[in-house]
Amino acid sequence: MTATTTAPVAAPPVRTEHKPPSGRLRAWATRAPLLPALIFMIAVTQLPFVATLVISFFDWNSLYPDARSFTGLGNYTEVLGDAALRKSVWTTILLTVTVVLVSLILGLGLALLLDRRFPGRGLVRTLLIAPFLVVPVAAALLWKHVLYNPEYGLLNGLLHYVGGPEPDWISNTPLLAVEMSLIWQWTPFMMLILLAGLQSRDHQQIEAARVDGASGWQIFRYLTLPHLRRYLELGALLGSIYIVQNFDAVFTITSGGLGTANLPYTVYQSFYQAHENGLASAAGVLVVIGSIIIATFALRVVSSLFREEVSRA
Amino acid sequence: MSTTAAAVRPAGAGSGQKGPRRSRGRGLGLIAWLAAVVFFLPIAWMTLTSFHSEEDAATNPPSFAAALTLDGYREFFGADGGASPWPSLINSTVASLASTLLVLILALPAAYALSIRPVKKWTDVLFFFLSTKMLPVVAGLLPIYLFAKNTGMLDNIWLLVILYTSMNLPIAVWMMQSFLAEVPVAIIEAAQIDGAKLPTILTRVVAPIALPGIAATSLICFIFSWNELLFARVLTGVVAETAPVFLTGFITSQGLFLAKVCAASLVVSLPVLAAGFAAQDKLVQGLSLGAVK
Repeated sequence: MTATTTAPVAAPPVRTEHKPPSGRLRAWATRAPLLPALIFMIAVTQLPFVATLVISFFDWNSLYPDARSFTGLGNYTEVLGDAALRKSVWTTILLTVTVVLVSLILGLGLALLLDRRFPGRGLVRTLLIAPFLVVPVAAALLWKHVLYNPEYGLLNGLLHYVGGPEPDWISNTPLLAVEMSLIWQWTPFMMLILLAGLQSRDHQQIEAARVDGASGWQIFRYLTLPHLRRYLELGALLGSIYIVQNFDAVFTITSGGLGTANLPYTVYQSFYQAHENGLASAAGVLVVIGSIIIATFALRVVSSLFREEVSRA
Repeated sequence: MSTTAAAVRPAGAGSGQKGPRRSRGRGLGLIAWLAAVVFFLPIAWMTLTSFHSEEDAATNPPSFAAALTLDGYREFFGADGGASPWPSLINSTVASLASTLLVLILALPAAYALSIRPVKKWTDVLFFFLSTKMLPVVAGLLPIYLFAKNTGMLDNIWLLVILYTSMNLPIAVWMMQSFLAEVPVAIIEAAQIDGAKLPTILTRVVAPIALPGIAATSLICFIFSWNELLFARVLTGVVAETAPVFLTGFITSQGLFLAKVCAASLVVSLPVLAAGFAAQDKLVQGLSLGAVK
C-alpha cells in the first residue's frame, strides 16, 4: 500500500524539454515545501514498520540476545498456532465489530434527533460530545471504579433503586464491560459524522418529496439513508481503524485478563513483559494486515467523498 | 421542478398539519434531552464524586446530596504523601504543545504545496499521508523501543514529541489542505509580485487568513497527543512520565479512593474538554481526517 503511494513523489519532473535546468528547478521549488513533512513521515512511520517486518522473521527473545536466529515464517505459525493468540484475534474482531455497530446505530439515532430544531439543541449537542472528550484512560478508570464497582458503583447503585440484580460487571461480563465503556466514548464520534452527513442533504429534494406526499419513513428509507450510506461507511471504517488499535480500555479495565486481551494488548505484553521480540513483531504484522484490509476500503470511501468535494468546488 | 415546489411549500402546505407535527417534534426534543442526560450522567457523577469525601463516595445507594469537600483534589495533588502529579502534567503539556508546534511547522508548507501551488499528483501525496494514519501504532512500537534503548532516548520527552508529531501530521496536513484551498490565490500572487518569499507568504499572508482553521487543527492535535497512552507507557519511566501514564497508577484498587480517582480523571481530562469544546465546529473534520466538512 505504502509503496505504491510513495511512488509519485520520486517520479521525475516531466516538463524539462524546453529549458531543462530551470524547469527542473521550478518543479523542485514547488516540491520543496512538501519535503520536510514527507521525509519526516517516511522516517518515523515507515522505517519502524520495515524493521518490524524483518524482526518478525527472527527467533529473538531479548533476555537471550545471543540466541537470535532466522526462523522464516516460524513466528507466524507459532502466533497462528497459539490458542491464546488465536483467541486474541477473535477478541479483537468481536470487540471492534460490537463497538462499531452499536455506536453507529446509537449515533444514527442521536444524529437524527439532533437534526431537528428544539429548545436547547446546542447544549444537548455539547453534552453528547463530552464523553468523547474524556481522556481515554480517565474514561476507562471512571467505568472500572466509579460505575462498575460491584459494591458502590453508580450502575449497581441505580439498580438498587429499582430492585434489580447487582452483578459484578467486570468479573461476570468482562468483554461487555470493555465494550460498554468504548461504546459510550465512540457514539458521539459516530453522531458527529452522521450529523454532518444529514446536514449536507439536499433539502429541496426532501421538501419536494414531502409535497408529493411521501411519509417520514419513506423519506428516511429512500432519500436520507442512501445519502447517508457513505457517511455510515466512513464512520464504520474510521471507527474500526481506531478500535482495532484500542489499548487504553483493555489495559485499564481488565489488564487483558478474563479473555479480553486483544491483539494490540497481546503485542504489548509479548515484548514488554515476555520479551519475545520475534513473536511480538509477527503479531504486529498481523494487526497491520488486518488494518490494511479495513484501510483499503476506508481510503476508497474517503477518496470518493473527496472527489465529490473537489468537483463541487 | 423541485425548486418551485419547495418555494411554494412554506406558505401553503405546512399550515394544515402544524398541530400534531409540532407536538411530535416536542416529544423527539424531549428524547434528545433524555439521551443527553444519560450520556452525560457518568461525567456529572464523576464531577460530583470528586467533591465528596471518600466515605460519601463509597456508599450504596449512592449519596447524591453529601457534603462537598476538596479533599479528593488535595489527595490527588499529593497531600497524603503520594507521588505528585505535577511532573506528569508538565510533561504532558510540554509533549503536547511542542509536538503541536512541530506539526504546524511541517504541515503548513506541506499543505501549501498540496493546495495553493499544488505539486503534480498532489492527491496521491495526500493519500499517502492518510495511509500512514491507518498503520497501527503497535506495528512500529518494538523497533522504536529498541532504537530508543540503544540510543539512550528511553524516558525522554522529546522522543514522544517526535512520535506524537508523526501521529498527528497526516490529520493536520489533510485539515490544513482544505483550509488553505479557500485562501484566494490572487492575494498570494500579489504578495509574490511584491517580492515576498515563501516563508513570508506563509506567515504573513496565508496564516492570518487561515487562522481559524489552523487553530482548530492545533486543538485537535493537542487532544490526540494529550490522550496518548501506549507510546508513553512503553517509552517513558520516571522522568518523562505523562499524565495518562500517571493515571494508570490508579488501575489497581487502593481501598477508599473513588473521590481521588474522580478528581484525577477530571483534572487530566480538563484540557481536552476545554480544547474539544473550543474546536467543536471543526471537530468532525479533524476526526474524519478531513473527509467530512
